[in-house]
Amino acid sequence: MRRSMKLAALLTAGVLSLTACGSDDDGESTNEGNGGDAPQSDVKVGMAYDVGGRGDQSFNDSAAAGLDKAVEEFGVDSQESEAEDGEAETAREERLRTFADAGYNPIIAVGFAYAASVGKVSEEYPDVNFAIIDDSSLADSSNVASLVFAEHEGSFLVGAAAALKTEADHIGFVGGVETPLIQKFEAGYVAGAEAVNPDIKVDVTYLTQVPDFSGFADPAKGKTAATGMFDNGADIVYHAAGGSGGGVFEAAAEAEGWAIGVDSDQYNTADPSVQDVILTSMLKNIDVAVYDYITGVVEGETPTGVTTYDLSVDGVGYSTSGGFVDDIAEQLDEYKQQIVDGELEVPEAP
Amino acid sequence: MTPRLTRIALGVSAPILALLAAFAITSLVLIIAGDPVGDVWNTILTWPETRNQSNIIDNGTVLYLSGLAVAVGFKMNLFNIGVDGQYRVAGFAAAVVAGEAWLPGYLNTVLAIMAAMAVGALWAGIAGVLRATRGVSEVIATIMLNAIATSLVAYLLRKVAVREEGSNIIATKEIPEGSRIPNISIGEGATAEIYGFVFIAVLAGVAYWFLLNKTRFGFDLRATGQSTTAAVASGISVNKMIVTAMLISGAAAGLVGLPIIFGDSFSYGSTFQSGLGFAGIAVALLGRNHPFGIAMGALLFAFLDEQSNRLQILVGVAPDIVAITQGVIVITVVISYELVRRYGVRLEQRRVAQALVGAGAEPQRPLDGSQQPPTDGPSDQNEETKA
Repeated sequence: MRRSMKLAALLTAGVLSLTACGSDDDGESTNEGNGGDAPQSDVKVGMAYDVGGRGDQSFNDSAAAGLDKAVEEFGVDSQESEAEDGEAETAREERLRTFADAGYNPIIAVGFAYAASVGKVSEEYPDVNFAIIDDSSLADSSNVASLVFAEHEGSFLVGAAAALKTEADHIGFVGGVETPLIQKFEAGYVAGAEAVNPDIKVDVTYLTQVPDFSGFADPAKGKTAATGMFDNGADIVYHAAGGSGGGVFEAAAEAEGWAIGVDSDQYNTADPSVQDVILTSMLKNIDVAVYDYITGVVEGETPTGVTTYDLSVDGVGYSTSGGFVDDIAEQLDEYKQQIVDGELEVPEAP
Repeated sequence: MTPRLTRIALGVSAPILALLAAFAITSLVLIIAGDPVGDVWNTILTWPETRNQSNIIDNGTVLYLSGLAVAVGFKMNLFNIGVDGQYRVAGFAAAVVAGEAWLPGYLNTVLAIMAAMAVGALWAGIAGVLRATRGVSEVIATIMLNAIATSLVAYLLRKVAVREEGSNIIATKEIPEGSRIPNISIGEGATAEIYGFVFIAVLAGVAYWFLLNKTRFGFDLRATGQSTTAAVASGISVNKMIVTAMLISGAAAGLVGLPIIFGDSFSYGSTFQSGLGFAGIAVALLGRNHPFGIAMGALLFAFLDEQSNRLQILVGVAPDIVAITQGVIVITVVISYELVRRYGVRLEQRRVAQALVGAGAEPQRPLDGSQQPPTDGPSDQNEETKA
């Protein structure tokens, strides 16, 4: 008994320690020497990703795409680091400080979880520029740029698209983790669907609850949740669940229903076998925000304050790859115009 | 060598052997992965700067409390996987109580700490009662309770949470300044401060040692852990011991999140550190349930965690290498202690055999230590290793 107990404890500890090794990317430096006539810049960008890092095919990858574009265009030097699930607040702070001490400027924090640490470290390094995505609580800081998105507006459009396309008058929403940010997606989606059809039925579920953020990286959970909705009679499911979305696409393919992607144009990034079930994607152009921000720094500006990427500047939107929403594009663009003009107010909370 | 010297040499050789093996295995992993081995070790083994030292002590404090909570269960042969759920439920309760500030100043702090220990004990107690009355394995029960804890806390957090303008984080009300536990400066600047809670952690370690080794209760607990039948025969109520041990383990788990809540975040929010209970299992194993050993294990883990960012940013190596190193260390420690124990037993057998041959008697196997009742002296988990 005693021996087996010890063995069980050992195995558990080993497995738990090793789960952290599951991520597939290797955090390799991207600062390959710029050969030949590539442009050169002495700007060194530090990228602090959220859990999942580069390679999550969603949120972090979108930010990485913006960085890659800037590296190619301006020849900026860059280094990346990613958060680990369940890390201490001091680990996030240290990540930013290590970048700052190593001469990286600007430092871009990807994700709202960095809010407190950016607030603290930006005060310690007043000469270093910081940017934070999905948070505007540091709006008054003199060296922090807050890059936020109107996710509810983009979600409104895909909600409207779902309501126009559904044959069952029954659709679904799968959120990754129940946080105010993801509830913004839900609120916009439901509002958009109800704008088209006030009697539509919308199933809503979240995969995990804070502080368990695995709902953003668990395709199996996503598949189970979406399959439940399809079985229940829904025929279109929208996911705002990061890496878990892959499971939602699989569920849609098996149920012969539709799925709606999120953040990037997932028709192009998802597995080809499920491509044909992706009706559209809610675009959240983090890459544009990151690229714009780095451009500003390269040109000698120090962007600060809040920049909101909404429908009016195409910071959010919907994708048309696959051509599945071409027939309703006119109605969607009408809604878009109404939102841009302020005639239509989209709620931010469910 | 005299037997005493042999024992000391064996005791020292186990951890050294383990660290050397871990070093070799991790290097092998690095070579296979094509990472710069020299740079990696150079970075990991750099003496940390003051602010890193304070981070290591802070995170070590938290891991230490978690390790103690797990170790109490281990001593009783109970595997409390539920420390993870217990510390989150308890931390949330403490943050709410302290945030509401029903009492002034440090009275509020004391009340919140008591609340955390009570809630942690109750949450663990459920598993204890289930095991004692229904025979439900505490491993299964605590895993389930972890899942329930996550949902429960998330639900309650949404009920009481306040959200700062523009932030996507929800958290409990901030603890008023008079009830926070002041940090202690170990160098210059605000970054060179350690949690004042570190003293409470040390006290918890002393209490753990005293309870287990200097009290009747501790004797009963260790006796039950080593042999239930022997415990029953000597009049110990095993069911009562199970429930009590789980309550104590849970109360200790209740302390785990408090250094963070009273020294850094001042609230319980959606980014509160998770997974500390599981780290505590590894730390308790590493420290072999000895209060000093757990402290060493906690500091070692905190030290490695601290190097993770530097490895990524300065060397460009995946942070997973730190997780691998930690896992390898746990495994090598357990294996090397077992190897050294067997070697020690063999040495002793030989010595006894020689002594007996010298005295002209039949050689005899020494008694298997695990069959002996526990002794009352200072001890670590595995009494039999010393037998």
